[in-house]
Amino acid sequence: MRGPAVTLRSELIGLAGVVERNAYLVKRYAWWEVAFFLWTVANTLTIVFIAKGVEAAGGELDVNRQTTVLLIGGVIWAYLGIIFEILTETVAWERWEGTIEYTFMAPLSRPVHLIGMGLFAVVYGVARAGLLFGVIAFFFDLEMPNADFISALVVLGVASISFIGIGMMTAVLPLISPEKGSQLGFIAQGMLLVVSGVYYSVEVLPAPMQWLSTISPATYALEGIRDAILHGAGVTDLWDELWPLVIIGAVSIPLGFAVFRRGERYAKQHGKLKRSG
Amino acid sequence: MSRTASIITSITATPDEEARPAVDVVGLRKEFLRREPKSRWPHRKKPVPALKNLTFQIDQGECVAILGQNGSGKSTLVRLLSTLLLHDGGSARVFGHDVFGEPAAVRRLVNRVSVEASFFKKMSSAENLSYAARFYGLTAGQTRSRIPEILEKVGFPPDRRNESMESLSRGMQQKVALARALLTSPVLLLLDEPTTGLDPRSKLEVQTFIREVRGAHDVTILLCTHDLDEAEVLADRVGILDRGELLVLEPADDLKRRYGASTLEEAFFAATGRTFEQEEADAKEGLS
Repeated sequence: MRGPAVTLRSELIGLAGVVERNAYLVKRYAWWEVAFFLWTVANTLTIVFIAKGVEAAGGELDVNRQTTVLLIGGVIWAYLGIIFEILTETVAWERWEGTIEYTFMAPLSRPVHLIGMGLFAVVYGVARAGLLFGVIAFFFDLEMPNADFISALVVLGVASISFIGIGMMTAVLPLISPEKGSQLGFIAQGMLLVVSGVYYSVEVLPAPMQWLSTISPATYALEGIRDAILHGAGVTDLWDELWPLVIIGAVSIPLGFAVFRRGERYAKQHGKLKRSG
Repeated sequence: MSRTASIITSITATPDEEARPAVDVVGLRKEFLRREPKSRWPHRKKPVPALKNLTFQIDQGECVAILGQNGSGKSTLVRLLSTLLLHDGGSARVFGHDVFGEPAAVRRLVNRVSVEASFFKKMSSAENLSYAARFYGLTAGQTRSRIPEILEKVGFPPDRRNESMESLSRGMQQKVALARALLTSPVLLLLDEPTTGLDPRSKLEVQTFIREVRGAHDVTILLCTHDLDEAEVLADRVGILDRGELLVLEPADDLKRRYGASTLEEAFFAATGRTFEQEEADAKEGLS
């Protein structure tokens, strides 16, 4: 029987292996990453230009403020996309490459495997989101004199726990449906953001959607980050956004594990845990 | 101590585990649901047995070959023992650990090489081996020297270890797959058609290395193959798996004697009672 210390050490080394593998992949696909980043920049620009467009059409609004609001929405959209994409690749990419059987028969516990994927997704996603924010802000020459970026990062970090939990639930979908499962991750991303006030206030939503916004971690992430960047709110000022994020995170991570475990069990029962669909 | 033994250093089975049979399978059953091709209801599925009440043991250090045509259940057996499938009945133990009840303990002891090398193709062999070893608890310090050593031992040119896998030949990739399995010091090695599709030279090199590993290290091997010569050369005992049923499992000479055959091929077809033509026809119809 192995001692808990030996098991813990082995699991931590395995977690480092998950991060290491993803770092190798980013390195090997570096030019594709650049291309995908350019696409994200273009996509975000199309959203952020809306503020200028409204002004040009004769609408009255604080362009600098509205541009920043849209930019934060666009960056969070892109960030969430990366989190879900990397977590969904836990299964989808491995199936494509054929390594899925080797990874799933390794003595690395599934929670540590998924946390490793989530950890890499957050580190990579935050770096990419920061760069995206900087590029677009520079493009529009935005002024953010009160911005508290540290507080915004804290909110994003806490929200990421919930995002990882939800990402784990979507990651299992390619196990159940090898052909269409990956795409469902995008559906989850869109559903989450549409009720969360990604480019607008949640108050404009119909009542049922407003109720859904209260259980979406993206709602609190967007509100908190906007408060920190537009109004310079510090971490203590953001408590109203942080405590729901902590609670949703505390629920979504175990739920994510449970859903993935159930999906993995289904795949093992029906012979779907293999390289070719 | 040979060079192979010096590379594969740590046996991970405990004394208690070593006292048990390496593999103990009793009445193992597995079924898959398949669509009924001529059903009026397109989603109606029926259970098709892949393994039927399989019972056998493998002693520690033994090499057992399981022969069977495509679809006979060889890969299903390997995937069950690898904890990648759940069973529908019976039991399977690896060094005393229940494969389905204690998968974590089993995974620590097992590794495999399958017909497809299966790597992240843009990554190099060194990168693929490095991260895979971490999943088995090996640190960067441990793998820094072991990866070049083990690659050299399987006949992989050291100056190519930073090239992407997609630039390597199939034979080279299969050598890296062997290195990946052995790097984690498994006490049970599952080989699922490891030389299928290799050119004769690569095939011989892989077979030679498997023999060396057996000679130098107390590893137990389950070799699933449809290569009769390979089974005869490498295995202590040979089993014949036919449409999910293990017909016989005994030394190759006993098997030939039992069926009055001069070759393993003759014995195989005598055991299954089927001709090459029938096997091919069944494979085409998806019956086997």
